[in-house]
This record gives sequence, C-alpha cells and structure tokens, in this order.
Amino acid sequence: MGKYLAKRIFMAIVTIWVVATITFFLMNMVPGGPFLSEKAISPAAQAALEAKYGLDKPLSEQYLTYITDAAHGDFGDSLKQRGRTVNDIITSKFAVSAKVGGMAVLVSLVIGVTLGIIAAYRRGKFVDSLISVVSTMGIAVPSFVVCTLLLYFFGVKLKILPTLGLTSSKHYIMPVAALSFYPTSYIMRLMRSSMLDVLGQDYMRTAKAKGLSEKISLFKHALRNAILPVVTYLGPMIAYTLTGSFVVEKIFTIPGLGGEFIGAITARDYTLIMGTTIFLATFMIIMNLIVDILYKVIDPRINLK
Amino acid sequence: MNKNPLSLQLDLNPDDFLPASNEEKESLVIMRDSVSFWKDGMRRLKKNKVAMTSIVVIILVMFFSFIVPMFYPYSYEQQIKGANNLAPFTYSASEQELIDAGEKVFPHICGTDKLGRDYAIRVMMGSRISLIVGLIATAIILVIGATIGSIAAFAGGWVDIIIMRIVDVIYTIPDVLLIVLLSFALDKPLENLANAPGFGWVKTVGDNMISIFVVFALLYWVGMARMIRSQILILKESEYVTAARALGAKSSRIIKKHLLTNCLGTLIVTTTLQIPSSIFTESFLSFLGLGVAVPLPSLGSLASDAINGLSTYPYLLMIPAVTISLIILSFNLLGDGLRDAFDPKLKN
Repeated sequence: MGKYLAKRIFMAIVTIWVVATITFFLMNMVPGGPFLSEKAISPAAQAALEAKYGLDKPLSEQYLTYITDAAHGDFGDSLKQRGRTVNDIITSKFAVSAKVGGMAVLVSLVIGVTLGIIAAYRRGKFVDSLISVVSTMGIAVPSFVVCTLLLYFFGVKLKILPTLGLTSSKHYIMPVAALSFYPTSYIMRLMRSSMLDVLGQDYMRTAKAKGLSEKISLFKHALRNAILPVVTYLGPMIAYTLTGSFVVEKIFTIPGLGGEFIGAITARDYTLIMGTTIFLATFMIIMNLIVDILYKVIDPRINLK
Repeated sequence: MNKNPLSLQLDLNPDDFLPASNEEKESLVIMRDSVSFWKDGMRRLKKNKVAMTSIVVIILVMFFSFIVPMFYPYSYEQQIKGANNLAPFTYSASEQELIDAGEKVFPHICGTDKLGRDYAIRVMMGSRISLIVGLIATAIILVIGATIGSIAAFAGGWVDIIIMRIVDVIYTIPDVLLIVLLSFALDKPLENLANAPGFGWVKTVGDNMISIFVVFALLYWVGMARMIRSQILILKESEYVTAARALGAKSSRIIKKHLLTNCLGTLIVTTTLQIPSSIFTESFLSFLGLGVAVPLPSLGSLASDAINGLSTYPYLLMIPAVTISLIILSFNLLGDGLRDAFDPKLKN
C-alpha cells in the first residue's frame, strides 16, 4: 500500500509538471499578451509593467523562475487584478464554486443512488420505466438548456426563485439543481444497471436462502457490490462539479472558479491561467487517487498495484 | 419367394440405393444457416423499437437540416425588413399587405429573431451545423483514437507506457483552456490560409470552428483510444487467438479475422455514442461564444442569443433547446440499441 501510494504520488507530480510545462509554453506561443489590450497604456509603462513581472526576460528563464516558485507553493501575483496573489484569488473563488458544487454532488449522489436502487428493485414495473425514461432524458439535455429552462420557469414565469447571484439560501436552489441534473441522471442509470447485475448473482440467492431479511441482503450485500461503478464515476464528477461549471456560473452570475478561469484566459492573465490550470489538474488527480483507494476499502478483493 | 411373416428383413428395391438428391440432403441438415455478424446484429436491432424510432427521428432531423433548407423560401442570413421579433405565424406589416392583396406569403413557422431573420430556417441551419460538427469530429476521433489505441495494445512495452502517460496528461488538462488558446493561436495562420486559393471556406466556417476540430483531434481521442486498447488487450489473450496462432495462422489473418471483427461492435457503439457527446461539446462552446462564426447559427449559439430576451420571447430559446435535446437523445438511444445488438458483452 505504501509503495503503491508513493508510486502514484510520484506519477501525479510528473503529470502535473508536464501539464504545467505544456500550458506555459502554449500560452506564451499564442500571439498577444496581458498588457496589449489596455489602450490607455504607453509603451514605456507597458515595458515597465513587463519588467516588473519579469515578462521581458527570455522565456526559458521565465519558465525556470515560475516552476521553482510554483514548487514552493508561490503562484505569483495576478497580472490583471493588481495587488492580489493568484493563491488568494483561487482560494476565494474555489470556496464559492465548491459550496455550490458540494451541494450538487450530495444531491445527485443521494437521489441518483436511491432512485437507481428503486428502479432495479422494481424492475419492469411502472416506477422502473418512469425512472429509466427520466434518466435517459436527463443525460440528453445540455446543461445550458437545463439552466435556461429553470431560469425561465422558476425565475421569470413563476417568480418563486431569485435568478442572479448567491445572496440567500434560496439563491442556491436553481444552480444546484442545474449542476446536479446530469450527474443525477447518470448515476441513476449506472446504479440501476449494476444493481440489476448484482441482484442476479449467486450470493444474493444464497443470502435469501440462508434467511436474511430482504433489507439486510439489499443493503449489506447488494449495495456494497453495486456501488463500485458509481464510485469510479465519482472521481472526475466531483472534480468537475466542485471546480465550477462555466455555463452554470455564467447564467446564474455566480462568482466562481469556472468563470474566473475563462476570464483569465481571455484577458491573458498568465499567472492566473497557470495557477488555475495547475490547481484543476491537481484536484482531478487527487480525486482519482482517492477513488482508487476507496475502491480498495469497498471491495477488499481488488488489488492495487 | 414368400417372406416369413416373422422376419425383420426390410423390403428393399434397387431405387433405395440411388444417391440422395440435393433436396433430400438439405432436409437432413439440422444446423441453421450461419448468420453473419451484420445479419445477426441487424436482426436484433430491427426488433428494438426504441432504436428504430431513433433512426427515424435522426433521418427526419437530417431531412429538415440538409434537404428542406434548399427549397425553403427564406435564407438563414436574410433580414426581412420590418419583421423583427415576430411571433410564430404572424406577418410583418408589408407582408400583411401582400396577403391582403391576395398574394401568398410563406408563414414564419417559428417567428423571426430580433434582426428579422426567419427563425425556422435558422434552427434548421443550426441543426445542420451541429450535425456536421458531430459527425466530422467523431470521424476524426475514431481514426486517431482507434489507430493510437491499437498501436498501444499491439506494441505493448514502453510504447504502451508512453502512450498511456500521454493519455493521462491529456485527461488532466482543462479542455476549455486549450480551445480558447488555440482559437487565438490559429487566428493568424487560418487568416492566411483563407486568403489562399481554394480555402475560402475557412472564412465561412470560422476560426473557432476549425480550432474546435483541431481540439477534438488533439484531445478527445483519448477515450476512444482507451476503449480500443483495452478491448484488443483482452482479445489478444483470448483462447481462440491462441488456438489460431497454434494452428499456424499469420498475424495478418488473426488481426483481420479475429481482432477486427470482435472490435467492430465496440467501435460502432463507441462511435455512435461519441456523436452526441461531440454535439454536446460544440453546443456548449457555441453557447460560451467560442463556436461558429456569425451569421452562421448553431443550436448552441441560437440558445445563447435567446437568453437575453428570455422573458419576452421564450420560444426563441425553447425551439433550439428542444431540437438539440431531441438530436442528442435519439443518438444516445440509437447507441444503446446498437450496443445491445452488436456488442451485448458491453452492456453494464
């Protein structure tokens, strides 16, 4: 286990380094720069700004400085939002995204798993068909459609929910619903099919034969085995949801990490782009690592190597 | 000679010893006709009502997006004077005059947008763009993914390790970053290309569109490659391949007869399911303003444009939203049907 972890962490660091390097050079290869779009700026002031942030040095030197600093956890100052460090921006924006995203993850996990089990348990009944239809529709509707429809019906037409920002707890309902729509449907489908698979296994019949109550056999034997595919999906899903969906944040004007990232790219805020990319990549890798370890916890037969 | 009544001897005549005719031979064969991979799959597919309905829907959508615009009286960029923001089946003042004068005016089935363009044709053109993007992007992904996946599986060893590490890296790079950066980076070269003879279409399609394709080619092959690689790795170790090898079959025969045929089901299914996800991605990018160039519509950009007037003209959003959901839904259902028909093992 220790050896496995060490190997995985080493690989993760290499992967993050490669991602950072690719992003750094790609970003600098693209014509234009952070200070070109500001029209009121004189060439002298621009040169001064570039000198201040070290953008006038050769690219290889910039790269070395950046990587050394980043390895020490210092991602520099934002080029556009003067006086704020990248760490500061990412922490504050991620807090917003993670709050909405965390609720969405919880909602989709609870609803998805529950309905998936019900559908599998009542296979072929009306409930099953209803859940199947809903979940099939659910994965076919793009998130911007969900967002705008919610906005239209609950915000504009019925006027029962506030539409913009995140000032009260009521404000969270629509973004969370929009964000959890796709994962809920997906988890429902996943859970239903893996549950059906497990319910047909021999050990389920054995459990029944030895007189276990339906409840115990369902929750102790079936659920534990059937939840594995959901766990696999959970890794990337949590990473995507917590780091903010660009669409949901744009439509509901939530000041989260997703919108910030797009803004940084279009404004060519080099340090912020690098910082966010490294943050997102690290988050993704950590999530996948946790999922792999969780796998082992849920199913001890699985061998990590 | 009289036969003993208790004798068990058969009464035979010379005719009984004639060679059997072909009909007689056939009646003795108890095996059914060997069913080819395609026939078997198609038979199962035809029984699947949901999948057949999806095929019909897809064909209908294609008919409306590729054939109908050719005969449609309006064009997608034509701005009709005084016909701004018309509700469905209403006419502008000048059109109403024409109708009163006894002339026929083709109705605006879905109304018009704020620039006075007929919305029905814009939705049809939008579906066309979305479908074209979905199909081309999927073709790119299929070719690159299948090639790289099979190379990784066949070569094994360090080639495999390197390819899989690249796949890991690509998985962790945020795709929006690359799309935006590429559309900036490709701006200049594409402009030069557009001015070159024979490449005028680049301008119509737009830089963003081309960079979307480049991004698909660079990024989204990884899923397909993983799928093919794992499939081939399993097949390579299977007993019948070992048996074929033991019987002296050449590698080319094994690849053609065993690996390819057994991969085909997975390939068909993954490809079909890739189409809706490509359309998904395109609509999402168009929605963010990173998709097709104006005035060319795509379903995503139509929905994005409609948001500002949501409270007054909700149908401008509903129509493209429903269309795109319908397209994605039918491709998804068709993919599921194909999986059940051609690759039952994959059903999880």
